[in-house]
Amino acid sequence: MRKCRKCGAPAVIYMRQHRLALCKEHFLEWFVEQTARTIKRYRMFTPKDRVLVAVSGGKDSLTLWDVLWRLGYQADGLYIGLGIDGGIQYSDQSRALSEQFAQERGLRLLVVDIPETYGVSIPELARRSRRGKGKPCAVCGLVKRHEMNRIAHDLGYNVLATGHNLDDEAAVLFGNVLQWQMGYLVRQGPVLPEAPGLARKVKPLVRFYERETAAYALLRGIPYIYDECPYAEGATSMVHKELLNRLEEERPGAKLQFYVNFLKAKEEGWFRQPEPPALHRCEVCGQPTTAPGLCAFCRTLRRAGIDPAQVYVTLPKPEATEPAASVADRAEGAAASSTPVQLAEEDTEP
Amino acid sequence: MAQEQPTATLELRGKRYTVPANIPIREAIRRAGLSPEAVLPVRDGELIPDDERLRPGETIRLIAVISGGDA
Repeated sequence: MRKCRKCGAPAVIYMRQHRLALCKEHFLEWFVEQTARTIKRYRMFTPKDRVLVAVSGGKDSLTLWDVLWRLGYQADGLYIGLGIDGGIQYSDQSRALSEQFAQERGLRLLVVDIPETYGVSIPELARRSRRGKGKPCAVCGLVKRHEMNRIAHDLGYNVLATGHNLDDEAAVLFGNVLQWQMGYLVRQGPVLPEAPGLARKVKPLVRFYERETAAYALLRGIPYIYDECPYAEGATSMVHKELLNRLEEERPGAKLQFYVNFLKAKEEGWFRQPEPPALHRCEVCGQPTTAPGLCAFCRTLRRAGIDPAQVYVTLPKPEATEPAASVADRAEGAAASSTPVQLAEEDTEP
Repeated sequence: MAQEQPTATLELRGKRYTVPANIPIREAIRRAGLSPEAVLPVRDGELIPDDERLRPGETIRLIAVISGGDA
């Protein structure tokens, strides 16, 4: 039986890339410490910043919000309802889990429902705008980025945090390298600095494998959406993840080396940062865009037969649940982290 | 007569895989045609390292960890 390196108790996880086995208590402690270190290492934010966490109801985003809450940051959540059903009420389930998480911790969750706000679900918008070759993933990403920027800007958040993990980032890097997408390679990283009208974007879980973020959520007893997005199957990023995992099986640490050495090469100046393109304001929504006229989001609405100018006149404010937790509540949450949590059936497969 | 090889079961998203017992879980996952990097093993409701050996007759539940789309 493998033992925890710190205390000798039975381990719950062995991370081959670090040659590190830890028990439940020390894994949860290690995870929080490593996140704090990543935040500091890449100068993501400080306790003075107003952080908005993009929450999907999945393991990564809820894990991130839980860790930031335990570390005492001012972090509110933003849930974007995509109107995806897929026969499993995917969006409804994700929203309910995000709301439950926020309520249990007394955190503030903002909710923007895309079908309510724009009169169209994501799959419908992708179909009507004829974007994405039959898959709504590209439109979904575009809408989420637009809405995150909009809410952050309108409500005064200067930092947007997402739950991207190392597997996500390595898969994106792999795709960018396969096609030598230099523009994307130069921009890819744990921090995308703020620009006029755009909040800073940060990824504090970027050094963790997907297994580790899942293990954190399970060990903390966080109910998350276990079902896959109905549109994820066959997505390019999933194919890249599978390929990288095959490499990882043969060479433990391959994913970590691939991504971390890329970041190191960037820091050493191997990727020249070109002059940033001049930004224009979208004529309708006002968000920064690289070309004059409409931004990609407003163009997509128009292609789908929706007049963005009309929509913007009546744009509803996001719903908000529960005020932010007090400092005392946060401290209590941090203390609770060392309390053993039994891995019940319903905890692992909500 | 040859003795029957002891087996164990892996379960992932409601699908069951019969695999030889007394081998590391990681190896059994691979023999079932799955990726050990894409799952976490759970024994009796507790997360365990995947280099633990499978006990004859037991069922190990696997939690899928991969998520994502082309956003």
